[in-house]
Amino acid sequence: MALSGIQIFKYLPKTNCGKCKFPTCLAFAMKLAAKQASLDDCPDASNEAKEILGAASEPPIRLIKIGTGEDLYKVGEEAVMFRHEKTFYNPCGFSRMIKDTDSTDNIKLIISNLNDFVYERVGQHLKVDIIYIKNESGDKDKFVNTVKLVQAGIKRPLILDSSNIDNLKAALDICADKKPLIYAANEDNYETMTALAKEKGCSLVVTSIQGGLEALSVLTEKITGLGFKDIVLDPASKSLSSLVQELTQIRRAAIKKSFKPLGFPVIIFSGRYSDGDRLLEANISAIGVSKYASIIVMNDTSREIMIPLFAMRQNIYTDPQKPMQVEEKIYKIGEANEDSPVLITTNFSLTYFIVAGEVENSKVPSWLVVANVEGLSVLTAWAAGKFTPEKITKLVKESGIESMVKHRKLIIPGYVAVLSGGIESKLPDWKIQVGPREASGIINFLKNYAA
Amino acid sequence: MSFTIPKEIYSGKIKEMSVGNGDKSVKVGGESTFPFLTFEGEIPNIPRIAVEITDVYPEDWADPLKSVYGDIMKDVSGWAKYVEEKIKPDMLALRLIGTHPDRQNRSAIEAADTVKKVVDAINIPLIILGSNHVEKDTEIIQKCAEAAKGKSAIIGKAQEANYKTFAAAATSCGHSIIALSDLDINLAKQLNILLTQSGFPAEKIFMDTMSSALGYGMEYTFSVIERIKIAALMQNDTMMQMPIVNDVGIEAWKVKESKDTTTEVPMGVMWEAITSMSFLSAGGDMLIMRHPEAVNIIRKTVNKLYIK
Ligand code: SF4
Repeated sequence: MALSGIQIFKYLPKTNCGKCKFPTCLAFAMKLAAKQASLDDCPDASNEAKEILGAASEPPIRLIKIGTGEDLYKVGEEAVMFRHEKTFYNPCGFSRMIKDTDSTDNIKLIISNLNDFVYERVGQHLKVDIIYIKNESGDKDKFVNTVKLVQAGIKRPLILDSSNIDNLKAALDICADKKPLIYAANEDNYETMTALAKEKGCSLVVTSIQGGLEALSVLTEKITGLGFKDIVLDPASKSLSSLVQELTQIRRAAIKKSFKPLGFPVIIFSGRYSDGDRLLEANISAIGVSKYASIIVMNDTSREIMIPLFAMRQNIYTDPQKPMQVEEKIYKIGEANEDSPVLITTNFSLTYFIVAGEVENSKVPSWLVVANVEGLSVLTAWAAGKFTPEKITKLVKESGIESMVKHRKLIIPGYVAVLSGGIESKLPDWKIQVGPREASGIINFLKNYAA
Repeated sequence: MSFTIPKEIYSGKIKEMSVGNGDKSVKVGGESTFPFLTFEGEIPNIPRIAVEITDVYPEDWADPLKSVYGDIMKDVSGWAKYVEEKIKPDMLALRLIGTHPDRQNRSAIEAADTVKKVVDAINIPLIILGSNHVEKDTEIIQKCAEAAKGKSAIIGKAQEANYKTFAAAATSCGHSIIALSDLDINLAKQLNILLTQSGFPAEKIFMDTMSSALGYGMEYTFSVIERIKIAALMQNDTMMQMPIVNDVGIEAWKVKESKDTTTEVPMGVMWEAITSMSFLSAGGDMLIMRHPEAVNIIRKTVNKLYIK
């Protein structure tokens, strides 16, 4: 939790020596509280002060890394309950369950599907982020062989799950350098599991056999008491309704109450609540995306499940302060050529999405010229004097559209029909045509226009 | 440090609405906490689902939707009956898309005639939606409201430019209203204020804050809903306490991903389900949906979330 200047002052030497470049320790404390100075600037600060102030400046939810190098996935460090307050920071990771009881052929098929599945969406290359290997069989060799099979077939961060610590050790013998996340410490085995995770430098999932967040936080305190903090929580909730409630309670306890024992990312298993129904599993994962899960383990990662989940994660983890704008340029829709219609609209991202979507649905290949009006819709931009004949003229002249089409006809939004005269007088070669007022009229307009 | 459940204290409550008559009537809203959080408040009604049909054959609907219904879509009362009997939603939404001037430009009398047919075909509550063409909706809504008089239906969508006509039609026929605003918490509130100041009861307003599809601005809708619920529940803002309707089907099936039918389950089904689930997670009280399989997924999830 953030400390006030007075609280910080208590831990400073109170000598007013000035080495920190502030006249007094109190002045320095105030700057520290405002995060405008660093404790490193006080050479005489005690170790106690460093520890306490250091803990106070830690993020409420710890950053956890799974994997290494290019195959590194980071979760945690979230700071808010609601995405409009501040960006949800490290996107939740989607993890594919592979069980060592599955046949070799089947596991190979899953791996090859995961390798083939890279989906591009608004500039991001999306794939299933993490692979979860479960020692379902309880057999050491099967587990190790499955880990080998996965390692040989695909490069992704791993989670290793076994209730048998010897099996885990054997698996770690071949992949500890990849820093997999280990599943899981509980009341019975936490001492050995913590020692193992520490030794291998891996993060560790903690779950309570007893169940409930009280028992879980008692357990994490014992583990942090052993000097180990790289923890991921599995609340092991009994039902879907308790899962979503506990996800909220964990996030709230960490962020609003600075409750350190739950200040860790959370892993959920959608399949625990889906009765083997893969579509239900996908929908449960969707709840996890918006309601505070950091790792989501799934039994099915088919395209029709992952693509909507990728889109949802992009949406939820978007910066809420980011202006809702798209780039000013000419967008080619369909196989537009030199005879295709030219439409103009503004760069408010929803305006663009809706207009581009309707143009696309019309199946009439077109050019869509998007004007930068600082992210306003057509009507607002016009009212604000930003979508003007001058602006449109400049864009037509400078965007290069004149060299892309043979004709000289520009379709403007129906709401700004009044601009026609002004544009035509500035662009004498061009004929201005008034399109529909609402995007919903575009399909009809373009179909008749093309005909 | 010992753990205590961190609870919020809510000073406000969402209005509880009742639509329809008799044993098929449905209650919506009434919650005094954020979605799912029954450990700190009441959620007396699970989110409701309405399934959409249209007054004319919806040429523009995606193939997976057309193949669910086939030729039934050409007969509006048959379609309505089929939805009630086979999909069993809480409500039926009739969208009078054929009244749009760019479509068939059907008259108020034709539209009202369609409403009458649907009213006669079903027992579940009805939502009557225009084509969102401000002038045309103004022209047809009174007659359409009359065709369902006494049925405690919902009519929509009232916008700032035509809310008075909607209020008059709803008042004279005993219906509720869906008030549509442009993805902005202040505009949503302003429209509620205008409606109530004109004498229309706050207890009969549903809010539609525009539902952008997954991948196409869903997060704006998501955050507008969350912010409205924060104002309603934590700041007790009475002009934000109307239940929220999300018109999902029409938006989710419009996007290009939903046209992909190469997967085992059509992508559009999942697009509609996950768009819906996003809004329910933000605090939506009611969904207007299209595909029965998407409805099914949402229903199963909601049952697991709320029915012990
Ligand atoms: S350097 Fe440290 S002891 Fe000296 S004035 Fe600054 S805070 Fe106080």
